[in-house]
Amino acid sequence: MAKGIKIRAQAKKGVTTVKALMSHPMHTGLRKNKKTGKKIPAHFIQEVKCEHNGSVMMTALWGPAVSKNPYLSFKFKGGAKGDSIKVSWVDNKGQSSSKDAKIR
Amino acid sequence: MQRRTFLKGSMASGAVAVAVGAGLLTPQTVLAAWPKAAFDAKGVDGTMSALFGGASTTDSKDIKIKAPDIAENGAVVPVSVTTSISGIESISLLAASNPSPLTASFNMSANTEGYVSTRIKVRKTSKVTAVVKAGGKLFTASKDVKVTIGGCGG
Repeated sequence: MAKGIKIRAQAKKGVTTVKALMSHPMHTGLRKNKKTGKKIPAHFIQEVKCEHNGSVMMTALWGPAVSKNPYLSFKFKGGAKGDSIKVSWVDNKGQSSSKDAKIR
Repeated sequence: MQRRTFLKGSMASGAVAVAVGAGLLTPQTVLAAWPKAAFDAKGVDGTMSALFGGASTTDSKDIKIKAPDIAENGAVVPVSVTTSISGIESISLLAASNPSPLTASFNMSANTEGYVSTRIKVRKTSKVTAVVKAGGKLFTASKDVKVTIGGCGG
C-alpha cells in the first residue's frame, strides 16, 4: 500500500496556503466486498497534524466519511519561503505516516 | 484416547488463535483527542450534543460553504469552508444523511485563517453543515448538496 503524502505550500502576502494529498483507502466499515459478501473493515485516518517550523498549526480529526485519498487544504498567517511544513497522520489501525516539505 | 487428547489440544490452541485473531482485527488505537462518541453519534442533533455538549448554535452569514449544488459522485464531494469570524477554534463538517453525520473536525491554532477545504462522502441528497467554534460560541451555515450516486454504496 502506497503511503505517500504530497504537500504543496505557498506563501503569498503573508499568508501561507498548504495543500496536502494523502494516499489512504479510507474504508468506512459499511461497504461490502462484492466477491465475498463480507464487510470491509473500517480503515481510515483519524488524526492529521500540520506543523509549521515545529509548531502545530492545525489538527484535523476525521471520521470514515472523508473521501479516499484525502485532500486537505488550509491557510495560516505568517510563513516564509523555505520554512518547513510537516504533515503527519495516524489511522484507526495505528499506522502512521509523515512528510516534510518546504514553503515556496 | 490419544485421539481425544489430540482433539483437546487442538481445540485449546484453536481458541487461543481465535482470541489473537480477534485482537488483531480490532486494534482500535485509542487517541485521546479523537472524539469517538461524536463520530459514532447518529443524527445531527446527537452529533452536536456529543461534540459540543448540546450548546446552542447561531446561524451566521460570515460562513461560506463552497460545495457543488449537484454532486455526481457522493464518494467525492469537494467542500470548502471560508469564514471571516475571528478567533476560531475549530471547524466541523456534518453531512446530515450519513450514518454518522460528523465527517471531519478541524482544530485551529491562533494563526490559522478561517479556511479549510477537503473532500467528503455524502450518502444521499442532504444538507452539509459547517459548524464554526469561535470564542466559545458556535456558528453554523448549511448548504444543500444533491447527490446522484451515493457515497457509501457497495
